Amino acid sequence: MVKNHMQRQFDMKRSLLDQGYLDEQFIQLEELEDDDNPNFVEEMVTTFYNNSARLLQNIEQALVSRPIDFTKLDNYMHRFKGSSSSIGATRVKKECTIFTEYCKKANAEGCIRTFLQVKQEHACLRRKLETYFQLGRQAAGPSANAGGQVG
Amino acid sequence: MENGFSSPRSESFPAGLRVLVVDDDPTWLKILEKMLKKCAYEVTTCGLAREALNLLRERKDGYDIVISDVNMPDMDGFKLLEHVGLEMDLPVIMMSVDGETSRVMKGVQHGACDYLLKPIRMKELRNIWQHVFRKKIHEIRDIDHHESFEGIRLSINGSEFSDDCIMFSGEDLTSFKKRKDFQNKYDERDYGDHSSTKKHRVVWSVDLHQKFVKAVNQIGFDKVGPKKILDLMNVPWLTRENVASHLQKYRLYLIRLQKENDLKASFGGIKHSDVPSKDTSGGFGLQSSIHTNQNDVANDRDQFSGSNFYGQDLDAKNNEGDQEEIVSEPRPDSKKPLTADVPDPQDTRSSQMSFDHSSASLGSDVNYTEFDCSIPKQYPWSECPEVQSKQEHKLLLQLEGGFSQQPPGVPQHYIEIDQLQSGRDTSSPIKNEPVLVEYKSHHESHISPKETAIDNFSVQSKSLIAYHQSFEPSSTAIKSMKPQAVDLSCITDLESCQRNLISPSDLTFPPFNEDLTVCWLQGDFLNKNFGLPNMEFADYSDPGFIADIPVHLYDTLTSDYECPYDPTEYPIVDQGLFIL
Repeated sequence: MVKNHMQRQFDMKRSLLDQGYLDEQFIQLEELEDDDNPNFVEEMVTTFYNNSARLLQNIEQALVSRPIDFTKLDNYMHRFKGSSSSIGATRVKKECTIFTEYCKKANAEGCIRTFLQVKQEHACLRRKLETYFQLGRQAAGPSANAGGQVG
Repeated sequence: MENGFSSPRSESFPAGLRVLVVDDDPTWLKILEKMLKKCAYEVTTCGLAREALNLLRERKDGYDIVISDVNMPDMDGFKLLEHVGLEMDLPVIMMSVDGETSRVMKGVQHGACDYLLKPIRMKELRNIWQHVFRKKIHEIRDIDHHESFEGIRLSINGSEFSDDCIMFSGEDLTSFKKRKDFQNKYDERDYGDHSSTKKHRVVWSVDLHQKFVKAVNQIGFDKVGPKKILDLMNVPWLTRENVASHLQKYRLYLIRLQKENDLKASFGGIKHSDVPSKDTSGGFGLQSSIHTNQNDVANDRDQFSGSNFYGQDLDAKNNEGDQEEIVSEPRPDSKKPLTADVPDPQDTRSSQMSFDHSSASLGSDVNYTEFDCSIPKQYPWSECPEVQSKQEHKLLLQLEGGFSQQPPGVPQHYIEIDQLQSGRDTSSPIKNEPVLVEYKSHHESHISPKETAIDNFSVQSKSLIAYHQSFEPSSTAIKSMKPQAVDLSCITDLESCQRNLISPSDLTFPPFNEDLTVCWLQGDFLNKNFGLPNMEFADYSDPGFIADIPVHLYDTLTSDYECPYDPTEYPIVDQGLFIL
C-alpha cells in the first residue's frame, strides 16, 4: 500500500515535470529536504501560496482601477513572477511573462486576459500539488494525517 | 592547508561565511536561507532593505557578504547596494527574476559584484565566497599600494616567503587579522599600521608567472593540469589551488588574446596618430573603420594558435628586458592590418573597444572620445560627459602605463575572469555575469597579440569599457557614429605603438618590471575600490582624470547619489594587475 502511494507520488511528480507545471527548481527544493526540514518542499509551497494570494490581489486591484497604472502593474507582476520562480511554477511564470509583455505595451485588455490565465494556472498547480503532497503523506503511512491544504 | 599561521578557527574558509540575505519574498528568503545553510554559511535573513541596513550598521563587521533582491518594496535594491558598498564596503550580490541586460548593467554599475537570476541554484550560492575573497585581496592590494613597492617586492622574493605566507587558499579570511606571525612579517616590511594588511595572498610575481608559463609550455597547453604545473614549477609554498586558479585565468586570458589577435590581424592599416584629447571624430573614425571592416578579419582568425601563442610567450620580451613574457606574439612580427572583425554589431562594439584601448595605449585620448560617442544619450552617462571622458582617459592612462611596463594585461583578464567565476551556470551570459563577462563573451576583443601593450590595454580597459558597452547593448550607437575618417587612433602599427609607449621620455611610469608585487588582484572594477592608474600617467592626461573612473560607476544612474570618491581608496589597478 505504501509502495503504491510512493510510486504514485513519484509518477505524479514526473508527470508534473513533463507537462511543464514544474521545473528544476522544484527538484532543487526536494534536494534541500533533510532531517532538519523533512517537509521543506511542502512548507515552501504553502508559503508561496499564502504570499502569492496577496500579490494576486494587488494585481487585480491595479487592473480594475482606472486609469490603469501599468508601472505599478509591472512591478506587482514582477514580484509575483519572482515568487513563482521560487517553487518552479513554470506555467505560471510563462503567463507572467506574457502579462508583462502586454503591460509594457500598456495593453489593458491583453493584461486582463492574461491575468485570468495566470490565476488559472496558479490555481491548477495548487490543486495538483495538494494531491501530490497528499500522496506523500499517504506514502508515509496509512496512519499519517491525510489532511492539509496547500496555501 | 599549508600555512604557517595558527588560525583561531580551524574550519576552512569559506565555511562560516556570514551572509545577509535581503528579499521581500518570504518563500525565497526561506529557500535561500536553507541553501546557504547547506553551504555551511552563517545566514541572517531580512525582509526589508532598511532593516538590512540597520543590521549592517549595528554590526559593522558582522557580515561578510550581502545578497539582496533588486526589487524591494521599501527601498530600491540598487540604493541598498550603494549604501552597503559605501558604508560597509561589503561585496553585494544582486538577485532578480529579471535578467534584462539593462538591469544587470545597472546592478553592476552600482557596484554589485554579481547578479544572480532567479531561480537561483545552489551551486551559484556555493561560489559567493569568491567575492569576499576577492575583496580581501583587493584590500591587500590597496595597502600594498600605499606602501613602498620595493618593500613588498623584497618580501616576495622567492623562497624567502616560503613558510610564511602567501598561501591563501582555504584560509579563513576573517581570522586573518589575528595572524600574528604574518602580521609581524609584514610589519617588518614597513607595512605600517594597516590592520588590514595581515592577509595572505598569492602574489604572482614575474618570476613566479614565468615559471608557471614555462611549466605550462613544457607540459603542453592541451595536457596541462594544476598538479603537473605545480610539480614542474617547484615552488614549495605554492598550492595546487593557487595554480589551478591561476591557470584558469591564464586560459581565459589566452583565449581573449587570441580573439584580439584575430581582430588585430584584420584591422589593416589604421595608424594611430596623435589625436587631440577631445577629438571625437577620431573616435568615430576608429569606430567606423572597425565597423566597416567587418569582413576582413575572418581570414586572420586562424593565424593565432594556442601553441603559437605559447611559443611566443616565451620568446617575447619587452624592451625592459625583464618584462614578463605573456606576450602573445613577438612584436617584430608582421603587422597585420587592424581591420576589425565584427561579424555582428556587438562584436563591432567590442572591437571598437579593443581598439580604443589599443590606441589609448598610444597615448591618445581616442578611447575617450570613443566612449563619448558610443554612449547614447539615453544613458545616464551622457549626463556626465566629464566623468565619462575622464574615465576613459583614465583607461588610457592605465593602458599606457600597463603597456610600457607590463606584459599584456593578464591580470586584467584575470580580474574579469574572477568576475566570471561566480559559479554561474546559466546559459545566458548576461544574466548572472557582470558586464565584463558579457562583454567578453559577446565581443571579440581584437588586438593583435603582437602588441603586447595593446593586449594589456584591451584587457585592462575591458573591464571599464564593459561599462560602456553594456550601456549600449545594441550596435546602433556605434553605427550611428559618423564614419569620418578621423585619425584612427587605432593601433595598427605595433612597433609604433611600442615606440610611443615605451619611450621613456613619454612616460614616467614607475619601473614596473622591478615591482614584483604582482598581486593577482582580481580587481573588481565595478567595485568602488577600483584602482586608479599611477599618478605618473599625468603625462598623458590631466591628472585629475585619473581619479575619476570610479565616479562614473556610481554617478550615472542615480542622480541623487553622492559619490564619495576617495582617490586613496583605490588601489592602483594597473600595477597590481600586471605581472612583472
